[in-house]
Amino acid sequence: MTELDKLPRDEQIRLFFSRLPHGNALGVEVLEVDKGMLLMRVPFQDFMVGNPVTGFIHGGVITTLIDQTSGGAASFASDVAQQVATLDLRIDHLSAAESGHAVYARAECFKVTRYICFVRCSAFTVDEQRPVATSVSSFMKVGPLFRRRSKQG
Amino acid sequence: MKDIVAIIRQARADGDYARAMNLFPYARFLGIDFREEGGELLFRLAYNERNIGNPVMPALHGGAIGAFMEHAAIMHLLWNMESAMQPKVIDFSIDYLRPGLAEDTFAVCRVVRQGQRVANVSVETWQSNREKIVATARAHFLLTRQEDLVEQ
Repeated sequence: MTELDKLPRDEQIRLFFSRLPHGNALGVEVLEVDKGMLLMRVPFQDFMVGNPVTGFIHGGVITTLIDQTSGGAASFASDVAQQVATLDLRIDHLSAAESGHAVYARAECFKVTRYICFVRCSAFTVDEQRPVATSVSSFMKVGPLFRRRSKQG
Repeated sequence: MKDIVAIIRQARADGDYARAMNLFPYARFLGIDFREEGGELLFRLAYNERNIGNPVMPALHGGAIGAFMEHAAIMHLLWNMESAMQPKVIDFSIDYLRPGLAEDTFAVCRVVRQGQRVANVSVETWQSNREKIVATARAHFLLTRQEDLVEQ
């Protein structure tokens, strides 16, 4: 364990996500944290439009939010936070996300094995009971997230 | 901007790939462009530090790669005029085979099956070596037929 592993889980998660350039470029924020559960939000910005006629938010914004939220839930589902790599991610786009709304994603890592984490996630705008997208994904654990500094420097 | 299909048809006639891609704010944000090369539509996600998801490695964000693949598929269908309106993504399934490094990423799409209403598209991405696939995706898109537009 490193010193960072001893921080409360929500502080570890906020620290970890504060270092992700693409998440920061989109403005992704952490809202709720529990072991293996994560709720995140991305505020709407004009550049997120994917359909210039309807103004709907690009499916790719939802893909990124779901990937990041699901990966975070997988990373922090073990007692020592794990670095994970996405193996596969499948998303059903249930309805369009209208522009002007923040998009939320709640991910739950429902199974952790020695090497693999399984996660489900749903994304919504105004009503969690009416998701715009749902997903299932699997992640491979590739080592502790917060590594000790190597002796070589 | 009502008829993006007409704009894209004109862009294709003029060989103006940038005009077609610039219709989409999120594609501009990610840094996607494309051109016809060797008889196929070749898409590129230009390297940008903003698309990094793992700053230690460093590696591109899996979501940025997914968004790139999804947009490549949409533009592939639009450019080939497979739909009278912008195709709507129904589902998207990505397999990540290796990390996307901090360099340009490329994609090609293949319409595996196009029915009356639904297209099944597969997408492959790679970086410096086309043999080393970074990710593959399979997606379904809802298409709009010309007759459907008249009915509306």
